[in-house]
Amino acid sequence: MAEPALELRDLNKAYGALTVTDHVSLALPDGEFHAIIGPNGAGKTTLIHQISGVVPSDSGSVWLGGRDVTGLSLPERVHRGLVRSFQITSILPGFSALENVALAVQAREGSSFRFFGRAREEARLNDQAIEALEEVGLGKRAGIRAGLLSHGEKRQLEIAIALAARPRVLLLDEPLAGTGPEESAVLIALMQRLRGRMTILLIEHDMEAVFALAERVSVLVYGRIIASGTPAAVRDDPDVRTAYLGEEGG
Amino acid sequence: MTMPPENGPGFLKREAVPVLLFALLALVPFAAVLGAESYLLSLVTRVMIFAIAALSLDLILGYGALVSFGHAAFLGLGGYAVGILSAHGQTDALVQLPVALAVSALFALITGALSLRTKGVYFIMITLAFGQMAFFLAVSLAAYGGDDGMTLPGRSRLFGMELIKNDRAFYYAVLLALLGAYGLCRSIVVSRFGRVIRGARENPQRMAAIGFPLFRYQLVGYVIAGTLCGLAGFLLANQAEFVSPAYMTWQRSGELIVMVVLGGLGTLHGAIIGAAAFLLLEEWLSGFTEHWKMIFGPFLVLVVLFARGGLMGAIRRIGGGGHG
Repeated sequence: MAEPALELRDLNKAYGALTVTDHVSLALPDGEFHAIIGPNGAGKTTLIHQISGVVPSDSGSVWLGGRDVTGLSLPERVHRGLVRSFQITSILPGFSALENVALAVQAREGSSFRFFGRAREEARLNDQAIEALEEVGLGKRAGIRAGLLSHGEKRQLEIAIALAARPRVLLLDEPLAGTGPEESAVLIALMQRLRGRMTILLIEHDMEAVFALAERVSVLVYGRIIASGTPAAVRDDPDVRTAYLGEEGG
Repeated sequence: MTMPPENGPGFLKREAVPVLLFALLALVPFAAVLGAESYLLSLVTRVMIFAIAALSLDLILGYGALVSFGHAAFLGLGGYAVGILSAHGQTDALVQLPVALAVSALFALITGALSLRTKGVYFIMITLAFGQMAFFLAVSLAAYGGDDGMTLPGRSRLFGMELIKNDRAFYYAVLLALLGAYGLCRSIVVSRFGRVIRGARENPQRMAAIGFPLFRYQLVGYVIAGTLCGLAGFLLANQAEFVSPAYMTWQRSGELIVMVVLGGLGTLHGAIIGAAAFLLLEEWLSGFTEHWKMIFGPFLVLVVLFARGGLMGAIRRIGGGGHG
């Protein structure tokens, strides 16, 4: 049996009396597109913070390709291939789109303790950055200052940054948040193209998108995974209907 | 928005400010012959020394958003390295300068490693506290003049020769140091390393998620800035032929911040212009009244309010250039 690409073993997190992550265990085989859904306040973002190393877990462990990465910091996990995006757009607004992505290449390629030479003109970094930008459909916007991109483009840029880091496991924290229908369609098509090329854990509110993209879906309610399975199975799960889908519908 | 190539016909236009600035500085000694030579030389030498200190601060403050409120400590460390070695008969710059730089680097490494664990206002407070520690250490050095400071036997020698004894020779030595410091900083800010520092100013969370452990980059930046400021301290002691705890008062640290902000954060030549504007205004205004700060204060407020980007921002707007 191959090791899962990403495995969560009994993760817990509480803020005072409030339990946000409650004994979460999950295993993603290599190449799986897995989505986590759940109502607001279910603890989805906290969970992704714990997986990526932004927030320490109270107990439990995170395993990447069979190796325990629980003790590693966010940048260290990135170097191991665990890369994330943020729910609230997180880019370098004063840098060009190209430089945003080139920095991710730079983090992976060679030392950044170089004090001479113009980083902006390093073809080795820029070529790979352009490649990632083209992949997400921003090839023509490379020279634009990132802060001036539209909201949807910024979300595309975030994915390009993540791709340039060459992730084995990609964590996407509500990539569709705040996007209009057209922007969503672009991003969903993009995620469709990424499917199978790497292991993806998607946290998303948009049900339609989740059921269209994910091979497996887990439902998080009050920090606990109450169901996990194929989209069809999860949709028909009675617990899920009452706990989550029912609430949304009614 | 586009990235112009570094060389080409646009070079002089784009680099007009630094080119003019350094040409002007190189010509000052010739103008000085016309009258009041020693006064003018010593004033502009002082400007250039503080410009080095301000440059070094701009590297971390302007490009890294690290508001160090204890930067004057490095002026003192560099100065005291000269003073204390001289007091023990070691007057050669070949010894004094490396010691001044090494002491500054070490102090930056230790205080930076602790300070950089904090953020925002706590970083300001802790760098201030370290600056005050250095200040009070100097006050307590009774053997080296304590509160009163100490007079040096003379300027540093080079291979035993009194190469910078002459004010004009010293002036050019300082100009060379400033040019070197400026060139080094210019190189750093566009390098891979500088890009990480600038990225951390924009969005530290994003930089961490890209895979940069920022602490170590910021620490190295802090050490570079501290070492460079130690060079300014070495030069300042040589100019005044005197060192005292007054080099490292917290007011002095504040003045360095003012110079950088006045000139324009994150522009490097702005730091030079800011240092010049600060010291020349101080000199000029204090000729009218001893309460010159009453005029200087409101002037600063006006610059901050109305000339966003400091004097460099104003120059850019007058020059008609777009956003650089």
